Formats: sequence, structure tokens, C-alpha cells
Amino acid sequence: MIKVENAFFTYPSGVKALEGLNLEIQDGEFIGIMGENGAGKTTLVKHFNGLLKPTNGSIYINGKNTRETTVAELSKNVGLVFQNPDHQLFCETVEEEVTFGLKNFGFAEEKIVERTDWVLNFLELERYRKSSPFILSGGERKRVALAAVLAWDPNILVLDEPTIGQDYLQKERLRQYIEQLNGQGRTVIIVTHDIEFIAECKPRIIVLSKGKIINYATAKEALTNSENLSKASIFPPQIAQLFTQIADLGLPKDVIDVYEAKVLIENLLKGGKRNEGV
Amino acid sequence: MKVFEGLKFSRKTSIIHFLDPRTKFLVSCVIFLISLIFSELIILSILFVAQIPLILLAKIQREWSHSIRGGAFLIIIILSTNLIFGYISNNFQLTSRLLIHSIAMAFRFIIITSSFSIFFLTTSPDNLSLALEQSHIPYEFCFAFTTAVRFVPVLANEAQTIIDAQRSRGLEVEKGNFLKRVRKYIPLLIPLIVNAIRRSLELAEAMESRAFGAKKQRTNIYSLKIKKADSIIIISSLIIIFLAIYSKFNLQIPIIQIPLLPP
Repeated sequence: MIKVENAFFTYPSGVKALEGLNLEIQDGEFIGIMGENGAGKTTLVKHFNGLLKPTNGSIYINGKNTRETTVAELSKNVGLVFQNPDHQLFCETVEEEVTFGLKNFGFAEEKIVERTDWVLNFLELERYRKSSPFILSGGERKRVALAAVLAWDPNILVLDEPTIGQDYLQKERLRQYIEQLNGQGRTVIIVTHDIEFIAECKPRIIVLSKGKIINYATAKEALTNSENLSKASIFPPQIAQLFTQIADLGLPKDVIDVYEAKVLIENLLKGGKRNEGV
Repeated sequence: MKVFEGLKFSRKTSIIHFLDPRTKFLVSCVIFLISLIFSELIILSILFVAQIPLILLAKIQREWSHSIRGGAFLIIIILSTNLIFGYISNNFQLTSRLLIHSIAMAFRFIIITSSFSIFFLTTSPDNLSLALEQSHIPYEFCFAFTTAVRFVPVLANEAQTIIDAQRSRGLEVEKGNFLKRVRKYIPLLIPLIVNAIRRSLELAEAMESRAFGAKKQRTNIYSLKIKKADSIIIISSLIIIFLAIYSKFNLQIPIIQIPLLPP
């Protein structure tokens, strides 16, 4: 469980990144963090594994105060995958990249082999096992970075901008991985600007703006509240925009799901034809 | 990463910022040379004290202190190696002269660091480039130099992100003996170098798409002019360096003696 108690954070340069956050994330939750550039999203998630410590207030991970725990200790529970895979890949093969974290955390040899096999299989990287991470494509490198963190099986997984530079197919695969991981009981937190991706994933959403939480609600509530979203420079997903504009037809405004939209429109059309018939 | 803040230019208005880069470079070089000519603590202390008004005038106390704190590790190494090796070669006897000499060597490093720190903190990369160009250095070299200076903070930021990313993967740089710790720099250095090379290739492409080097003769909107204040400082710097060389060969510099220690 992640508990943030009145957390403030100011960078040494004087930039105030977090201004009094209060937040509770239960085990097994799926959370999306959104907000404008510089809203404090990355700063917030860097607090979850202790890379940053709040200048005021406290943060507890599974009951442990991050101020009193080392980054390595926290990272075992909180796997943070950075935005740019090139900031972490350095090994000669994908396999070594994956085992790096496992070795750092002191896993036994057989456990390392087992976890490496599992993660390479799960993220469909088996055929790149002996390839250099530097020759892989952007999407694949991102997957290797994810594999390198997922390997030690952290029960909280934080992904910073996982969809940047990914084509639609990659994103769809990523969504499936996330759903599987969350389905297995892990807490998954994604930080993103990709509103359409969020609309498809439908996590619980935290909207951050200027270092403050301005909304914490279900995807449906948060993503259709355009007034609230605009404060964080976010536009609702296209489906939601469409349904807001055709609300006169008697359709609900809070639609973010393509399939739900399809059913509603079909019903409307069928009803319309029936009316014509009468 | 605060070390780099000690070299990062920030736009401020002060007499020092207003001076011509060439003047400031000359002053830094003069300080550098004098600190090399003399190894007496008295002279080095005077040099150090002489820099303080410059730092205060330029309002860069905070940034300057970062650069000195960043160099603290090296300062300690210089001090201790001088002490240790001097102690051994002195038949295991600690003398006043040895102690003073070791302190002077550490001081020399502080003086050199701060003189160039003052220069870089108060000179914008653009002016630096102009100064180099007007000193008839080929533009390609000026560009390479100023780009390197300009990218220092960018690389420092990137290094911090890489450190964060690897710490998130359980890397504990501070743990283990010296050899183990050196090995732990590999996961930090490889991504940094790879990214720097990638960035340089991207920069080269971006420059070429903006017609870098299309014409041999370049023109500048701005040009630097030596002002009155500059000339005064240049002349006085030259007099000072001349006096310094003269006194080195002709004057006896008093030696400080530490009480309770053999000379």
C-alpha cells in the first residue's frame, strides 16, 4: 500500500514540484497519473521508491517510511520503469540486462534463471535473449527495460510514459501486459499523457496540476470532466468529446469506451428506424 | 551533480558579467600562472583573498561554493597525498614546512578552480564563442568548444537520470570496497557515453539541415569591443604578472612557521 501524507517537494533550484499531496493507493489497484508538463507526475513517482524524499510530509510504502528506507530496499517492492530505456540499458545482451537487477537484489542462481526465463517469455523477448539491447528497435528496447524491472517481481509496478514512441500494436500489447500483471494482483501505476491509451485501460485516475491533486476518480468520471481536465491541460478522449457534443440526442455524456459507444449508437439508430416506421 | 552548477552560466548583471570575455580569460590565466609560479602559502592566500571581491561583485557566491564543494574530494586527495608522501620521504617526520607546503598545494587547486569557475559563471557561451572567433580561431573549433560547454549541464542532468534509473534497479554505488565501487560505475558510464554519441550524431544532422558550413565567410550580428574598463584591467593584469615574475627571482618571500613543529 502506498500512503502519501501531506507531501511537499521542492527541488534544490527552488522549483516547487509537490504541494501538499494526500493519497492512498491500495494493493492491487490500477492507477493512471495524468497532468500537464511539469505538474509533478514524475516527481511523485520518484518518491515511491525513495529516489526523492519529501521536503515536508511523509510517504509510506507498505507501512515503511521512505525517509528511513534505502532506495534499493524500496525498489524491491516498487519497480520503477523510466521513460527512456536508453537511460538504463548498458549490458551486452538482453539476458544480462534482465539479470542485472536480480543479481543486485541478491537472488539465488536458480531463482535468477527461473525469473529471467519467465520474464523473457512473458514479454515475448525470448528470441532476443542473446542480442545486444542497443540493436533493438525503440519499442523492443522499451520492452527490455520493462523486463529488466519486472524480473524481480515487484508488487508495485510504476511505468513512466510507457507509450511514448510506440505504435498502436505495441501499445495494445502493452495494455494486455499491464492488464495481466494487474490481474495477478500487482499494483500498477502508469504516468502518461496518452489520453486515448488511458481511456482504453480505464485505471483509477489521479489528475495532477501544479503539484496538487485536482481529481482522484474512476476513469469514467475523471476523463469526462472536461472542466477539471482542462486545468491540467488535458483534453477528454475523442469518444467523450463526441458524446458531449451529441448529448442533445438523449445519450449519456460519460462515455469513454468504444464498445459502450457502439451499443449506445446502435440502439439509438435502431430506435430511430423504429420511430420512422411508426 | 552540483559540481556542474559551479560552471553553469546564469544571466546576471554585474561589472564582472559586463567585462569582455577576453579580459576575464586573461585575468583567470594570470591568476592561474601566479598560482603556479609560487608555492608559498602567503602568496597563495593573497591570491585567494583577491578573488573574493570578484565573486561578491559578480553575485555568484552560491554557484562558486558549489564548485568548491564539488572539488572538495580532490582537495582532500591533494592535501593527503602531499602529506603522506612528504612524510615518508622526510624520514617519517612531520615538519612545519611539509604541512605548510601541503596546505599550499591544496590552496593552489582551490585558486585555479575558482578562477575558472568565475570565468565560466560570468561568461555566456555566446560571448565565449564570439571571443574565440575574434581571436581568429577557426569557427569549427569555436563551435565545438562552446557546444561542449553548453552541453555540460545537459549531460549532468542526464547523468542524474541514469543514476536514478540504475538505483531503481538495485544498484548501490556507495556500497562495497573501492574495486567493487569502480565496477559499479560501468552501468552509469555506458548509457551516458552511448547517449552522448547518439546526441552528437543527432546534433550533426540538425546542424547540417540548417546549412552549417555552407558558406566559408560567416558574419556576426554582435561583435565584442574592448572597453575602457577592459583596457585598465588588461594593463594591470600584465603589470601584476610582470611584478610576480620579477619578485619570484629577486625577492625573498617570508615563510610561515607553525609553532610546536620542527621547521
